[in-house]
Amino acid sequence: MNAQVPATTPMALDVKDLHKSFGNVEVLKGISLRAREGEVVSILGSSGSGKSTLLRCINLLEVPDSGDVTVGDETIRMQRTRDGKSRPADQAQVERIRSQLGMVFQSFNLWSHKTILENVIEAPIHVQKRPRKECVEEAEALLAKVGIAEKRDHYPSHLSGGQQQRAAIARALAMRPKVMLFDEPTSALDPELVGEVLRVMRGLAEEGRTMLVVTHEMGFARDVSSRVVFLHKGLVEEDGRPEHVFVNSKSERFKQFIKG
Amino acid sequence: MNQPGFLDVISFGPGGWGAALLAGAWMTVLIAISGFLIGSIIGTFGAWAKISGGRTIRAIADGYTTVLRGIPDLLVIYLFYFGGSAAVTAIGRFFGSEGFIGFPGFLAGALAVGITSGAQQTEVFRGAFKAVHKGEIEAAIACGMSRALRFRRIIAPLTLRHALPGMGNVWQVVLKESALVSITGVAELLRQAQVGAGSTGMPFNFYVVAGAIYLTISTFSGALLQWSERYFSRGVRRN
Ligand SMILES: Nc1ncnc2c1ncn2[C@@H]1O[C@H](COP(=O)(O)OP(=O)(O)OP(=O)(O)O)[C@@H](O)[C@H]1O
Ligand SMILES: [Mg+2]
Repeated sequence: MNAQVPATTPMALDVKDLHKSFGNVEVLKGISLRAREGEVVSILGSSGSGKSTLLRCINLLEVPDSGDVTVGDETIRMQRTRDGKSRPADQAQVERIRSQLGMVFQSFNLWSHKTILENVIEAPIHVQKRPRKECVEEAEALLAKVGIAEKRDHYPSHLSGGQQQRAAIARALAMRPKVMLFDEPTSALDPELVGEVLRVMRGLAEEGRTMLVVTHEMGFARDVSSRVVFLHKGLVEEDGRPEHVFVNSKSERFKQFIKG
Repeated sequence: MNQPGFLDVISFGPGGWGAALLAGAWMTVLIAISGFLIGSIIGTFGAWAKISGGRTIRAIADGYTTVLRGIPDLLVIYLFYFGGSAAVTAIGRFFGSEGFIGFPGFLAGALAVGITSGAQQTEVFRGAFKAVHKGEIEAAIACGMSRALRFRRIIAPLTLRHALPGMGNVWQVVLKESALVSITGVAELLRQAQVGAGSTGMPFNFYVVAGAIYLTISTFSGALLQWSERYFSRGVRRN
């Protein structure tokens, strides 16, 4: 079931004309991308096309050179330094918006000195300042939902990759994010562990989560997403519903890409 | 009166040196702890300067570690003691007092030990920070943690995990280095042993006892360090 939402649904994420260079190399050359509430947008593209950089610019792990990022109805305010570099105008705003964007990394990045439960309650307690008891209860429910309730008191190093990634998804969900960002969540996993993570992500799509998913999983892109965006050399080359673009894309490169 | 026996000399009774030696040991521990804490604070700033400082700040930090590596620790203590004394004498003269005023030996010693061990701690902390998996720090940024929160909850404990073995080495060095402070006349363990040796004519006995006390202190603190190493390595997989 693809998650389609009515055209009147409010925007959850609006990215406008994003540019980003590393040194002389322009990695993002003006990317615009929108996701309505409840939409699942799959981002495809060959290695080096700028997919990770795009996600990292959205939550300002990288500072974009220009362009706007709007989450809900709040646009991240940027300013220029005297030497022309771009930087956020209000660090507190950036931190607030980051807390509304749940990021899931390819390499899980769980905090290795904290148990699974501690990982999940860390930011809700210390960033959102919610009561501990409430956070623990919610964390336990989330761990049950991703199927690792019994691992709550284990340290990340004692879990399989698939379990760690599901814990990382629970950690992101615990912030009650407006948008979830996934950067190749299954690429670091052994093939037999990919399925358990994709199943959790499908579940999230079905309950109406807004998700931006960088992935090489064509099945997921085709069957789950509301839209597929294909990046090529820092530009959006294709953007449409999967049932359209997978069948009759005008882009030769995209056709080539999905053939593998 | 007979020549007193060895046990009489180190006893706690009248004429015994037990209490004096123990007080000296306590002073040694105080100097070492103060010096170690000062060094850790300097090391934290030094590592921060080397990792994320601008060009000038980095150059200052590099200069500091290079210079301190190159000059004898005893000389650093002299510099602090006599430099400090010269400074307070000058201040004293300004307020109308005559003659030489000694800089407190304890303060000079703790500062000198702190500054020398700070250079080592800088390298320990820098190396430890480098060993932290950067993804864990990015995860902290990504969930909206402020810089201070990130440091307190994620970076410091993860860095400590890698730093503790090196900090343990620095602690052992600091403990031994505290003996150099005896030259300023502070009544720490070695100084007390020297005084006892001089006034009883039994130097060997006193230095053996002092050595045993040093060894006891370093054994106990070593156990403490090992315990904290285990604590901060929780979650690390051992094969
Ligand atoms: N911090 C950085 N410094 C310099 N160059 C960078 C940096 N991050 C990314 N790049 C470069 O930007 C380009 C795009 O990288 P990015 O990681 O966004 O690609 P990607 O589409 O995610 O690729 P992959 O599928 O391999 O993950 C690459 O050429 C990469 O080398
Ligand atoms: Mg990538």
